Amino acid sequence: MTISGYLTLALILFAIGLYGALTKRNIIVVLISIELMLNAVNVNLVAFSKYGIMPSITGQVFAIFGMAIAAAEVAIGIAILIALYRNRATVNIDRINSIKDEF
Amino acid sequence: MTGEFIAFMVLALVAIMGGVLLLNFKNIIHSVVALVFTFLSLAGIYVLLSAEFVAVVQVLVYAGSITIILLFGIMMTKHKATHTEPKSTWKKILALLGVLGFAAAFYLGIYNLDFGAEQVPLHANNTEQIGIALYSKYIIPFELTSVVLLVALIGAIVLARKDDNKEADDK
Repeated sequence: MTISGYLTLALILFAIGLYGALTKRNIIVVLISIELMLNAVNVNLVAFSKYGIMPSITGQVFAIFGMAIAAAEVAIGIAILIALYRNRATVNIDRINSIKDEF
Repeated sequence: MTGEFIAFMVLALVAIMGGVLLLNFKNIIHSVVALVFTFLSLAGIYVLLSAEFVAVVQVLVYAGSITIILLFGIMMTKHKATHTEPKSTWKKILALLGVLGFAAAFYLGIYNLDFGAEQVPLHANNTEQIGIALYSKYIIPFELTSVVLLVALIGAIVLARKDDNKEADDK
């Protein structure tokens, strides 16, 4: 088992998350896709910590930092979503365009 | 074909299936359940990479709390929320082409990668190694992370609570 298998898995997950974040119109699905991308990054970090050019524990420590930041990010995202829903009563990205340039 | 390879293939298949299903389900709750499958199989991948502590944190933080937060968000906005398709399929095709090009470019770089580095015993006393690294070498980032979590906690409460001043003005 070499590193390329793990990196390919992380790449596929990142691509799925990127596609979902670009095309889906529901804010919660976009948040879920972003979580998937962050998870793919964590897989990369842990894979490099075992099979990288200098294997050490540092990659796992960074993966834990990434998880902490991802948890903070999703909490803030849901809070913004609830505040938006209270004001606009929608979770559709296309309808949240009040600062979009109208021309 | 070793046992590690079989375990990797099964876990990777479940993870990718969960990712694909979460984009295809019409009901958001089902999407979140597919996401849980992805998170759990990624925890198995971490065990294969001799990162037991990260695997446990993955189950606790991702499969546990982040899923619950997302479900709270879904319940507080729309119960019967469904995916709505974008108006133009052009955008969708363009995004798909862009993502596929990105994936192909990166795959060319990584498909034959092998550093062949010597193995270090990461699995022996994994939690102890992480603890020593966190509290000696990475103590400043660790403390900064706690500040970030505190700011996120307070910020989430401030953002999500009801605006009392506006109601007082209305009265």
